[in-house]
Amino acid sequence: MQNSKADIIAQLQKDILPLQGFKPVKGNVGFDAGLGFIKHAFPNASFPLGAIHEFFCGGTEDVAASIGFIAGVLSEIMKTGGVSIWISSNQTIFPPALKSFGIEPDKIIFIFLKSEKEIMWTMEEALKCEGLAAVIAETPELSFTASRRLQLAVEQSRVTGFIIRRNPKNLATACVTRWKISSLPCDDETDLPGVGFPRWNVELLKVRNGTPGTWQLEWSGRFKHISTVVSVLKQKQRKAG
Amino acid sequence: MCRRFGVIWFTYLVTDWFTLRKPELTNTAFVLKANSHGRMVVTAANALAEAQGIFLGMALADARAINPELKAIDEKHDLNGLLLKRIAEWCIRFTPVAAIDLPDKIILDVTGCTHLWGGDEQYLNDIVKRLKARGYNVRVAIADTIGAAWAIAGFGISGLVIHSGQQSEALLSLPASALRLDADTVERLNKLGLRQIKDFIGMPRRALQRRFGNLIVTRLNQALGIEEEFIDPVQPVAPYQERLPCLEPIVTATGIEIALKQLLEVLCNRLQKEQKGLRVANFKCYRVDGKIEAIEIATNAPSRNAKHLFKLFEIKISTIEPDLGIELFILEADKVEGHTAAQQNLWQARVGLDNGDLSELIDRIAGKVGSDAIQRFLPDEHYWPERSFRPALSLQEQRTTEWKLDRPRPMQLLSTPEKIEVTAPVPDYPPMLFRYKGKLHKIKKADGPERIEQEWWIEEGQHRDYYTVEDEDGCRYWLFRLGHYDEDYKWFIHGFFG
Repeated sequence: MQNSKADIIAQLQKDILPLQGFKPVKGNVGFDAGLGFIKHAFPNASFPLGAIHEFFCGGTEDVAASIGFIAGVLSEIMKTGGVSIWISSNQTIFPPALKSFGIEPDKIIFIFLKSEKEIMWTMEEALKCEGLAAVIAETPELSFTASRRLQLAVEQSRVTGFIIRRNPKNLATACVTRWKISSLPCDDETDLPGVGFPRWNVELLKVRNGTPGTWQLEWSGRFKHISTVVSVLKQKQRKAG
Repeated sequence: MCRRFGVIWFTYLVTDWFTLRKPELTNTAFVLKANSHGRMVVTAANALAEAQGIFLGMALADARAINPELKAIDEKHDLNGLLLKRIAEWCIRFTPVAAIDLPDKIILDVTGCTHLWGGDEQYLNDIVKRLKARGYNVRVAIADTIGAAWAIAGFGISGLVIHSGQQSEALLSLPASALRLDADTVERLNKLGLRQIKDFIGMPRRALQRRFGNLIVTRLNQALGIEEEFIDPVQPVAPYQERLPCLEPIVTATGIEIALKQLLEVLCNRLQKEQKGLRVANFKCYRVDGKIEAIEIATNAPSRNAKHLFKLFEIKISTIEPDLGIELFILEADKVEGHTAAQQNLWQARVGLDNGDLSELIDRIAGKVGSDAIQRFLPDEHYWPERSFRPALSLQEQRTTEWKLDRPRPMQLLSTPEKIEVTAPVPDYPPMLFRYKGKLHKIKKADGPERIEQEWWIEEGQHRDYYTVEDEDGCRYWLFRLGHYDEDYKWFIHGFFG
């Protein structure tokens, strides 16, 4: 009896998914955006494309870390070609740096806007354009209505949207996931001189129909889970020892 | 469609103008005089003077002999041209193509215009009535060719409208001078007894050409419509223009939208036929009070998608003030480029930079927020970080060099480096700690220095020694020292790593 109840619930959850906008994209089943086993945190065990992801940031450092992480994910999405649109209120982004995360910076169209209203309008218009790889926007505020509009737009066009929110006030949004990326100090154990690869503490605060979690990642041309790296190193040391 | 031309002949253009200026001249015979080779010559005579036998080119003394009380007024230089130009511009209410034919005629291309007045006769009547009301005596005619209309206006007796294809019969009984020939040729024709067009219209063209020159053949052919004739309109018509006159003045936004949609539909159909797309378009609204309201759009790539173009205009429609109403809409494509329909890849999942959907999206955004806000960056051959990339000129522009990957570069770069307080131990060592925006950062790890020299051929200045540093929280910064350590130096923060 217990068993069948769990089955029914699992089946119902599966049925609900498409209704909530998680339509499986053809050929993208099991797409992990280079994030490895983090994909199991998402519904259908694949990184939600055609959805809005929001990133909470504190200071400029967090924004830089979030951009780095998004760039890493974006490089995986843009592998099949395509163009992205980057909407920002300040002109601090340094395009050449995107190259180190595997993106061709000339494949990104930057739109620098001042007013919030214009940012939201532009983002919605861009998200409606089918075939774009992704739309990234930096805006502090996002009302529930606006986020719902964006979510409806992407459910039609299957474009992925990223919103970087610095010091957000409104916490109730209709975004599919909510992330918080912060920098991590580089590995002390290896004791190598100089700063190493960028490292992040990736917190998945909220994910619709998934399981939130926290992971430590490193970017060295692709995402690497630090715990596994360390353990592998230790194993090698043990073998050598 | 067969073309139709109208000719307006101002029989007493200049004298009519003088009469308008000085009403006391209305019932007196007067002439205009000018000095020619030391004697006074009559250059224009009004109807009364002409009735007394005074004609152009006559010496003023001879004219005075006929009528001792004849009034003579100095002529104004180039008055004909000025008057005709002004009247031709006024005639644009009848047709967009109006040209002047010195000394006293206006040629109108009335193709497709007369039905708006209910037919050729009514059209001509309206012109004559309006000009008469202003005080000008005119003779008018409409025919398939300029030559025929010209001849009928000047010499025709019955029927001022020559129906399509009947110009050759209409011409038969007219004198040879109705063909716009020079005086010599006309005189020679008359001497040979060829007084009317029917006397020589049947002659072999080669014989005519041999005896009277090329002009007579050209004029005959032009009058009969065998040879095309071009006119030089006073206001050049934009090659891609659509007009929509309104019966009732339009005052609502919905009305304007409907008008715009109709015009776009017609224009885009035409562009489609000619394999062209527009880059810049102008939508003009002529208001009842004579003012013109205009909105303009531009596109990134040639486009003939009426829906897309309408969307671009739609954003700006609210800026039009209809006031008392708009009576005429004109849509002009100021810049048109060749645009062959590209074959779309059905299976292509992602769009490239040359995709139509993308350029339409960019057009829409540019229309809303201005094209300055939209940028794309390409690598540039400079080590100086601020100059290592440059804005692309177009969406399609390809990069000429590769993006450099050899040195780490921050995700966020401050447009102007900000000054920081730093404690650094030994020369050329990275700092131990720095204070930025009131917060103290203890540096755990650092890379550097990476020296970047100022490009002296662009700008004078000191070099920068860059350090990548990491504080105890793991945040990474890009700091630099401007100048040598032993001299006057300053520390700056320039960027944040991802």
